[in-house]
Amino acid sequence: MQSTTRSGLSDRGKIKAAALTGPQMRSKRSNFEAIRYFLRRNQLVTIGIIIIVFWIFITLAAHFIAPFEPLQQNLVDRLHAPNSTYLFGTDQLGRDVLSRMMYGGRISLPAAIVVVIVAGIVGTLVGSIAGFVGGTIEEIFMRTTDVFMAFPTIILAMAIAAALGPSIGNAVIALSIVWWPNYARVVRGLVLSIKENEYVTASRAIGATEPRVLRRVVLPNAIAPVLVLATLDLGNAILVFAGLSFLGLGPEPSTPEWGRMVADGLAFFDQWWISAFPGLAIFTIVMAFNFVGDGLRDALDPRLRRQI
Amino acid sequence: MQRFIIRRLLLLIPLLIGVTLVAFVISRWVPSDPVNAALGQNAVGDEELVAAFRKKWGLDKPPYIQYITYVTKLVQGDMGISIATHRPVIDDLGRYLPATIELGTVAMIMAVLVGVPFGIISAIRRNSFLDQVSRVISLIGVSAPVFWLALVGLYIFYGELGWLPGPGRLAIGVDPPPSVTNLYTVDALLVGNFSLFLDALYHLILPGIVLAAFSMGLITRITRSSMLETVDQDYVRTARSKGLKESVIIYRHTFRNALIPTITVLGLSYGNLLTGAVLTETIFSWPGIGQYAFKAAVSLDFPAIMGVTMLIAFVFIFVNLLVDISYVFLDPRLREG
Repeated sequence: MQSTTRSGLSDRGKIKAAALTGPQMRSKRSNFEAIRYFLRRNQLVTIGIIIIVFWIFITLAAHFIAPFEPLQQNLVDRLHAPNSTYLFGTDQLGRDVLSRMMYGGRISLPAAIVVVIVAGIVGTLVGSIAGFVGGTIEEIFMRTTDVFMAFPTIILAMAIAAALGPSIGNAVIALSIVWWPNYARVVRGLVLSIKENEYVTASRAIGATEPRVLRRVVLPNAIAPVLVLATLDLGNAILVFAGLSFLGLGPEPSTPEWGRMVADGLAFFDQWWISAFPGLAIFTIVMAFNFVGDGLRDALDPRLRRQI
Repeated sequence: MQRFIIRRLLLLIPLLIGVTLVAFVISRWVPSDPVNAALGQNAVGDEELVAAFRKKWGLDKPPYIQYITYVTKLVQGDMGISIATHRPVIDDLGRYLPATIELGTVAMIMAVLVGVPFGIISAIRRNSFLDQVSRVISLIGVSAPVFWLALVGLYIFYGELGWLPGPGRLAIGVDPPPSVTNLYTVDALLVGNFSLFLDALYHLILPGIVLAAFSMGLITRITRSSMLETVDQDYVRTARSKGLKESVIIYRHTFRNALIPTITVLGLSYGNLLTGAVLTETIFSWPGIGQYAFKAAVSLDFPAIMGVTMLIAFVFIFVNLLVDISYVFLDPRLREG
């Protein structure tokens, strides 16, 4: 009643508006407003989103905006400090650091996303079935989770690289093998508490089959925390990929890749710009994912802080 | 209490079987063919040689017998021979482990000594200037790539300012102390050589901070959030209304209850620490298992790197066993149940 008085609509107008907009329209608008309110209160999330969008744009548009070819060597201009031609200087082969940096996210960003998606799906499946079904299946699933949790991520990836040869594909496989247990643990915890709710009993009472209860009633309620965990995790996955390629176990040596570029600077200690700028790129994007993940987690449910 | 500990110890059995099984599967099937890997491409054509090799290493037996042989050897400390160093992997691990233990312990101490107080202060002075500072620092810790931090640290504190020494465990030309534990700081103290002890400690500062950064950030964040969660509890309000001193409320009523998530993260971040050791040791020329793993990976030395993987998995299992058992002492409810 109050809102109509404020908007100055007559009774007839009110009915008409309600008929036109309906409840769906209203909820969409309030969703949008809720997001705006949330972003205004959590400025770090806004900053994080801006940084992520910035890097995605740079990475996608690198071909059009990079001032030089990332692989183009120019030995006359090698090891130049940042100047007006080469804004971020040049490396040991005279390649433009800025241009290489723009291309540098093309491997680790998609690779990190793939690992997190695979791990998220596998972990959610394992964790939700374990939590929902319980009993022997839960024991078996969760003990298996513990086993994979014990393996050190980067070192197992190194072992796989030693066996199959270093490549990004192998690194993605190796990391996916050890990345999912976290999700399984979190999702199991969530499902255990969700399945105690009355609406779960209610859906059983109206004759929903067990798989349907899990799929349509329990899982949708566990999705939001999984997305938060995935956001926070993307940063970690980027760090691990950058580490692998820093060690030379990722893409080819000449590939413009952030971790690889930092390694290039290792031999040229006084030419700080070779490794400082690509390192800064990794740092800012990982930090941005942490900003967004933190903000979402706090907004979602402060009690989740313990679990995620 | 006993039941809890016994149950936890019994859980070790499936865990150890699982870890060895996964390692067995990886080491048997990942190098597409062990015969090929060991004998080289040319010998594979020689059928007699291949058959002899298979018989010698039991590769003609069914997989479960192979697995039992694998575990039996592992229990006896046989992890194979390193392709690069031609020494048994277990000997190599013994040689390189002390340097990592020394560095890892220093890093863990730093991470706890900085992370826990930062987390507490951050929580009790929420949104204050100190809180903001500690949040920014912990965020840097969990976001900055460790190899980049190492380079930046070396550039500033060694290259530019000259405050801290460069890579290595001791100054160039200084002989290590007589080997007892192979932890240079401990060995130097054992022979009473105080200046050597200081030199070893001095060389631990920068790699220690770099390695600690990630865990420190993690510990600060989890301590802060679990403290925040506990200060809102009813029993804290009760304690306050009883007129207890603020310090008693914080340490006895809040911190002790907030400790469990912190300890859990501590155990889990031990794995991160050992992973970070690979990158830190490579940059600081630190002769530990991280550097050993890196060299093994680059020279495609599969037995060596699998040895490191197993070692770290076992350490991780052991540390987390200790963490779980420590819950019994932190949470009286577990003592009865």
